[in-house]
Amino acid sequence: MNGFIHAPAIRPVPIPIREILPWAAFAGVLALLLIYFIGAEQGATALIAGHYVHEFVHDGRHLLAFPCH
Amino acid sequence: MVSGILLRGLLAGILAGLLAAGFSFLAGEPSIERAIAFETAMERAAAQPSEPEIVTRSVQRGAGLLTAYIVYGAATGGLFSLVFALAYGRVNCCDPQALSALLALAGFIALGLVPELKYPANPPAIGAPETIGARTALYFAMLAVSLLAMVLAATLAPPLAARLGSWNGALVSATVFVAVAGLAALALPPVDEVPGNFPASVLWNFRLASIGARVVLWAALGLTFGGITQIWLAGGKPGRS
Repeated sequence: MNGFIHAPAIRPVPIPIREILPWAAFAGVLALLLIYFIGAEQGATALIAGHYVHEFVHDGRHLLAFPCH
Repeated sequence: MVSGILLRGLLAGILAGLLAAGFSFLAGEPSIERAIAFETAMERAAAQPSEPEIVTRSVQRGAGLLTAYIVYGAATGGLFSLVFALAYGRVNCCDPQALSALLALAGFIALGLVPELKYPANPPAIGAPETIGARTALYFAMLAVSLLAMVLAATLAPPLAARLGSWNGALVSATVFVAVAGLAALALPPVDEVPGNFPASVLWNFRLASIGARVVLWAALGLTFGGITQIWLAGGKPGRS
């Protein structure tokens, strides 16, 4: 563990929260939506009718451990 | 600053998704094919009609698998880079490269390993269609609790390290994570829908490939993102700061 701890001469200045927030809101929502489409769309819930999304990402969904079928 | 970090997270995530898809194609697809063969044999034995094929198997194991992993990798990489942006300069541990590796390890444990121990990945032919709602809710509940336990442990780590020293402080905060995630795993109901005659070796190989692909994904994400971000933050000079 001690080998991992590194004390830099100058500690970097944290990025202000107000600078991160707009990116987190925009990219965060987009990323969660993408994960939803890969992991759960047309499974328990469906925004788009049919089975195409589910069947297309089928193998990835199984391997990424999302419940399927 | 944040835009540069996010961009690097997306790039590292796409690369990680590509590598994990390649690993899955080689290590996971054989078990998926065998599971589908089992499913088809069971349907024939029960004289049930097979499900109509909307997407062909070759598209599912090729373009479909690749798309799923790249999109999942990009999304995970984006979220990961935002967590890094928050931790950078606030977590007093190490240089950007090591911080990225540490965050990826925490991400893998919280979102990959621990949920897998409670609700392991299942190949096709396992899982009743009528329980998909309950299984999805339970899986996402386990993901959420595990992630919150990790956030709690990470929040407690600095004050604990200040009181108990870095070694004992890290041990106590790790214990908090194990205790919270472990109690949640005990409290949540089990899901076991594996048919009695499903081949055990197929299930074992599938689950091994599944967790292996997530090791590849998080390792590639943490190490690639850390590498390119460290160079960028140091002003184009590679190596340790």
